[in-house]
Amino acid sequence: MATTCFVQGNEACSLAAMYAGLDFFAGYPITPSTEIAETLSARLPEAGKKFIQMEDEIASMCAIIGASLTGSKVMTATSGPGFSLMQESLGYAVMAEIPCVIANVQRGGPSTGNPTHVSQGDVNQARWGTHGDHSIVTLTASNHQDVFNMTVEAFNIAETYRTPVILLFDEIVGHMREKLVIPEPGEIELVERLRTSVREGVNYHPYLPREDGRLPMSDFGGVHRYNVTGLYHDMWGFPTDKGELVDGLIHHLVKKIDYAADAIAHHVPYYLDDARTMLISYGSSARSALSVVEQLRRRGERIGLLELQTLWPFPVQLVRDYARDKEYVGVVEMNMGQLINSVKLAVDNPRRVYLINRVDGRLITDKDIKQTLRVIAGQGV
Amino acid sequence: MAVKEYIRERFFPHMWCPGCGHGIVLNGLVRAVEELAINKNELVIVSGIGCSSRISGYVDFHSLHTVHGRALAFATGVKLSKPKLNVIVPMGDGDALSIGGNHFIHAARRNINITALVMNNRTYGMTGGQYSPMSGVGVKATTAPYSTIDNAFDCVELARAAGASFVARTTVYHVNQLSELIKKAIVHDGFSVVEIFSQCPTYFGRKNKQGGAVDMLKIFKEKTVLIGSDKKKDNPALMERGIFVEKELPEYCKAYDEVIARARKA
Repeated sequence: MATTCFVQGNEACSLAAMYAGLDFFAGYPITPSTEIAETLSARLPEAGKKFIQMEDEIASMCAIIGASLTGSKVMTATSGPGFSLMQESLGYAVMAEIPCVIANVQRGGPSTGNPTHVSQGDVNQARWGTHGDHSIVTLTASNHQDVFNMTVEAFNIAETYRTPVILLFDEIVGHMREKLVIPEPGEIELVERLRTSVREGVNYHPYLPREDGRLPMSDFGGVHRYNVTGLYHDMWGFPTDKGELVDGLIHHLVKKIDYAADAIAHHVPYYLDDARTMLISYGSSARSALSVVEQLRRRGERIGLLELQTLWPFPVQLVRDYARDKEYVGVVEMNMGQLINSVKLAVDNPRRVYLINRVDGRLITDKDIKQTLRVIAGQGV
Repeated sequence: MAVKEYIRERFFPHMWCPGCGHGIVLNGLVRAVEELAINKNELVIVSGIGCSSRISGYVDFHSLHTVHGRALAFATGVKLSKPKLNVIVPMGDGDALSIGGNHFIHAARRNINITALVMNNRTYGMTGGQYSPMSGVGVKATTAPYSTIDNAFDCVELARAAGASFVARTTVYHVNQLSELIKKAIVHDGFSVVEIFSQCPTYFGRKNKQGGAVDMLKIFKEKTVLIGSDKKKDNPALMERGIFVEKELPEYCKAYDEVIARARKA
């Protein structure tokens, strides 16, 4: 029977990671993500698996990459400053195609910022934090059941596409307590790593994609010994600067994620069938946005909410389709306007896209949103 | 098994400059592994960035060429995840002790069973001969045209103080001692460090008028002495070679097994 519990979002994330088959966690204490490390420091050894507190976030990111190469499902968790420190090796995981999951429970920034308060200021950092051209997957959630589901999905995507996946939660979702139903084993399908069928003694090309773009792996410690590098590399994993190989690799890295965009565009539509006004939101601000939609619906207003759970790759087609017949779109987020830029690029009429935000470290409320909606509608403050 | 069985001939010739000492380290490493007859499938080499770090591509082990300074952090993930693997981490002096200094002391503190080789040529060769934390005072470098004022680390004392349970030092002139020390370091159950002085005639030698590779090797011969030698009493400036620390301490992965046992009992 499924287990019901009353937990923090950070615990829900940890329990989901265990459900997904997490083998190895490395992390460093930082508010407001620390409960993920604390929970896993108890759970992983119970399951005979590995937990290590590293000397900093840089080392944590590096350690999970090393562990992943031995065949382990791996994860780290952090918040803004630690996420900044992880960026170089996050790019390494993109380049070397290492499955791994990075949870960033957002606090206010820049710098040390507002550690115990909520923000959604790392949305664009998740997309472009590491240097160089690349694609990345970023998932989020507004409630604990979805935190659980998206965390399991993060592991599934990481293993399917051989990519780092960022879980971009926020302080309110991380620290709030609410009900969580832990599904039975098998209820959510788990993706296991695709391993090579090439036998010992036969040439294995670790970086030669199959026709479907996937790269079967061989674990360190197995029968195939190959090179892994953050340099541009050939099909052997050996460094190269040959133009055609560099060109081929960057196209492969970007396209494998971009081609998957529709398949991994997780979202929840609320009251959108007949809506004239659409709110777009994600994470804890989507809870307030939903409250507004339900209040205004009771007054007969045709308003709906598109809650996004996949932020990157940005679900362009989805947003474009939902926005097509709307009079205007309000993007509700707790930053100075980050995801709104992608919304504007996606829709036919970007001038009808408005930012509804709050950035003082407090949750954006239904009142805040309704007030901005009145301004947009020309009804005064 | 012959030494060349441990080499990826496909990727030769190597990219090091003529006269570079790093090829001798590669030779010493391969000889050590060959004499220990370690199964190549259970060998992982993890390196960072720099001239030294290219060594990982040339050996037929599982090889992980990572980012600058973080090789030991990657290696910690490999080792703790799969403790049966032998993990060897060759690093340059800048890689290990400047950008990677924090990971160096913490890997030593944990006493995780990893073999760290610090290939110390006292310069950043890959980027063109800038001064490193091992250059010491009074050295010319492309970022020190008026000579350095920075003190150097003592790698041996740093490793000892941080908790490494095996610490040794040699030079690429002393090839037999080199492979012997690497062998002992690999066999040692705990964090082991071998500092290996290696010459960079292209930058350090040229900037500091030390001559060519042979002249620099002669300096290694003349300015170093075995630990405990009487010559050191007469000339305290001589640098000692040999094993400085060799002790049994709880190894990290084995200690972690006890954590699992306690968690399951609770």
